Amino acid sequence: MSDTGEELGARLRERDLTAAPAVLNLVENRAPQQRGAIAALLAGVSPAALGAEAPGHLVGITGPPGSGKSSLLAQLVPAWRALQRSVAVLAVDPSSRRSGGALLGDRARIAVDATDAAVFVRSMAAGGRLGGLAPATRAAAQALAAAFDVVVVETVGVGQSETDIAEAADTVAVVVQPAAGDVLQFLKSGIMEIPDVLVVTKADLGAPAARSQHDLQASLRSLGAPDIPVLAVSSLAPPSGVGELVAALDEHRARIDVPARRLAARRASALADFSAEHGDRGLRALGGSRAATRLLAALDASLDVAALTEALEQAAR
Amino acid sequence: MAESPAHRLSERDKPWMMRTYAGHSTAAKSNELYRCNLARGQTGLSVAFDLPTQTGYDADHELARGEVGKVGVPVAHKGDMHALMDAIPLDTMNTSMTINATAPWLLALYVVCAEENGVDPRVLQGTTQNDIVKEFLARGTYAFPPGPSMRLTADLIAHTVTEIPKWNPINICSYHLQEAGATPVQEIAFAMSNAIAVLDAVGQRVEAALMGAVFSRVSFFVNAGVRFVEEHAKLRAMAILWEQLGRERFGVRDAKQLRFRYGVQVNSLGLTEAQPENNVQRIVLEALAVTLGRDARARAVQLPAWNEALGLPRPWDQQWSLRIQQVLAYETDLLEYPDIFAGSHVMDGLVEEMLSGARDEMATVARQDGVDAAVAYMKSALVDSHGERIRRIESGDLVVVGQNAYADSEPSPLAAGADGGIMTVDAGVEAEQIAALVAWRERRDATAVGAALDELRRVAADDAQNIMPATIAAARAGVTTGEWAQALRDVHGEYRAPTGVGEASAPRRVSTEGDLEALREEVERVSDAIGRRIKILVGKPGLDGHSNGAEQIAVRARDAGLDVVYEGIRLTPSQIVTSALQEGVHVIGLSILSGSHRELVAEITRALADAGVDAPVVVGGIIPDADVAALKEAGVAVVFTPKDFDLTQIMRTVVALVADRHGVAAATR
Repeated sequence: MSDTGEELGARLRERDLTAAPAVLNLVENRAPQQRGAIAALLAGVSPAALGAEAPGHLVGITGPPGSGKSSLLAQLVPAWRALQRSVAVLAVDPSSRRSGGALLGDRARIAVDATDAAVFVRSMAAGGRLGGLAPATRAAAQALAAAFDVVVVETVGVGQSETDIAEAADTVAVVVQPAAGDVLQFLKSGIMEIPDVLVVTKADLGAPAARSQHDLQASLRSLGAPDIPVLAVSSLAPPSGVGELVAALDEHRARIDVPARRLAARRASALADFSAEHGDRGLRALGGSRAATRLLAALDASLDVAALTEALEQAAR
Repeated sequence: MAESPAHRLSERDKPWMMRTYAGHSTAAKSNELYRCNLARGQTGLSVAFDLPTQTGYDADHELARGEVGKVGVPVAHKGDMHALMDAIPLDTMNTSMTINATAPWLLALYVVCAEENGVDPRVLQGTTQNDIVKEFLARGTYAFPPGPSMRLTADLIAHTVTEIPKWNPINICSYHLQEAGATPVQEIAFAMSNAIAVLDAVGQRVEAALMGAVFSRVSFFVNAGVRFVEEHAKLRAMAILWEQLGRERFGVRDAKQLRFRYGVQVNSLGLTEAQPENNVQRIVLEALAVTLGRDARARAVQLPAWNEALGLPRPWDQQWSLRIQQVLAYETDLLEYPDIFAGSHVMDGLVEEMLSGARDEMATVARQDGVDAAVAYMKSALVDSHGERIRRIESGDLVVVGQNAYADSEPSPLAAGADGGIMTVDAGVEAEQIAALVAWRERRDATAVGAALDELRRVAADDAQNIMPATIAAARAGVTTGEWAQALRDVHGEYRAPTGVGEASAPRRVSTEGDLEALREEVERVSDAIGRRIKILVGKPGLDGHSNGAEQIAVRARDAGLDVVYEGIRLTPSQIVTSALQEGVHVIGLSILSGSHRELVAEITRALADAGVDAPVVVGGIIPDADVAALKEAGVAVVFTPKDFDLTQIMRTVVALVADRHGVAAATR
């Protein structure tokens, strides 16, 4: 018999990593009769239940197709393991518009040692959702952060999807390959939010990677963000720059106010979920998005997304 | 002396070299087989190595389980090579080795075997396949990343061109590309693009003055399908392109050095499990494709056996294939004429079509940014072509006699014997090979082995050096195949090739689209009932790299609306179980073509049960009827064999299995 939502929440609070597959199976379940169980699970790992924000570091990794995200993860996961950190990876792939199905192919490139119980990798199909995140990804990431030291959300894309991933992550790293001029353009034009860390892959190429690193640094300076680290890494043997990237991700997290970022993310997520469900009409009932934001800001900071969304729904009635 | 007329040769041509791709169980058993084949009129050797040897693992490695001695012979050290070549005269024998990632190593073992038999390595004749790009594209027995692999390829060529001058150091293989679905144009273009990449790499490592000699030692290994007129045109086109490439890109002037030389193994892709006797006429026609026209005739021919879609061929099956060659060469008048297509406007027109298509495709490959990107492009193009071929078979546009047409048949007596018409490798071979390996490791000088491996790692890390001398020294010291490859993995790292399925295009509108639409609705219905979209794990356990089947299943599953986890080839049972558990899949599909299904599947189903995964397991591949019951006993729900060519039908079965397992009632219609 599978565990109930409460039981899974309790296992995660006890940092039982073997709960992860069942947690994902539950949060991915769209059947109406499972909503209660999902809410119970999420309530069980909410700041209210934990007495604090979930301890895990939520890392978002995104970038254009072919930029080397999964090769990078293949290096990052062992680097975190060497520091005795447990790691969960949620790898999101796009779904076919025509069939609804998806090919989830990255797992083998990421997974390191199949017998290492402290590494969990789950492929998720994005479904019909724009923005690069699977419907259940954010909920899964928040739940797993109660048990795992590091929770990585990997998505394909550049442009709009960083906004979405920023709502799920403490630290967002954007991965680009050398000479990816579009990223530079997106940054300058403001289509793309400025990430927390920029990673240039394929540093083994030498000059082109160094030039890209330099160009990105220059445009970040001109955008008034000179402190954003731009790192060059190589996933080819011998790998380079991975230790520096781990340190840069850690430094970012040490620098930010995690509870404030997560609270803002929860509120933004609740508003997004509410809008997705009730549309413009729902928003008008709340008096517009600014009013909704004010309403959310007045609510208890330790509530989870589901509770916040429900509060919005009540106010709209 | 009378002048012979233009339509006759003054002297009958000598036949091509006749080989049979052979090797199994142990070095001693394979040696017995070789001597027997030579006695029956075979004129050269073609060594089939087992998958652990091809991928650089010793028999006691986890990944070797179930694979030792299956599709070829295990050769772990110079002692095995001595046993394999026992009483075969190495100074006169012409030995072809289908070996790629570990080619420098197997050549080194052959060289040391010759040395220790008092034969000067300089006189050795033969071929190392040594074509790594097609391993990434189609065959899957790579071991190292593309960059270091290309260096090993180039090092072997640079070494033999001066040290073993009669050796063919590389056989650019388009064979496996056709097996993976390549059209004739793709086969030409990808093989030529590959040859360019290799020659460019060698050009970095030898003096310019040697490039003519290098060019002349590059040979090809092609495929020939049953459309034998078109296939012959393909070979004529390749000869023209090759000469042009030599002149224009590599500055070769000597006509002899510019000659296009190729060996061939004809098509296995088109051989059927249904009415397997039909395969004999397919093989004969395919043999004509590579022998008919004198201007593009093969130098060496290997024919598959009629029962390749059923399992491993027996010595009698291989003898039959050799006899086909002998009838063609010695009974027919084929070898008495000059080129019979000279002046044929049909042939010339076909060749022109192939040339222009191939040049376009080569330009597309050349536009890719580096070898990695080119491999990814070619891989997804192949997955697309193969998918298209399967859709044409499903729709009946492509007729396969006995399979999608004229399927009604008398029972075939060919497969009716007690052995099911195939060879089964004694299950005790693996334990025997492991015991011998352990004894070998204990007997040798451990200090010398350690020093040889240290030197090998040092040379591997220094790109300016050639890997061959250190490799030959390691062979002399008694190093094993697994140790040699591990030393290089220590330096270069592991690699997983692109699977090509992520980029595979969604199906074009075909006549089967209606079926697929109905299946999608069923997938939605079952997914809604169980709460999550049906998720399937497609896994290829073991070392078998023939991933076409798994790739096509993965793509069709996506097109039917499933979420598909596909991880590529070479997975250990524990990786598959971990994936199944972590991914929360509803069904697991395993694809195995190497004959190791009994060992691997039982191990996986056991481990799945231990891990508490209750998803049903289906298995597809070259599975003899006799093994189906054993697989079902091991917990397999359904077994698919080459008879099940309709992928949509396979997906329907899989979806019904998931519905049944989750108590979802059948749709009311």
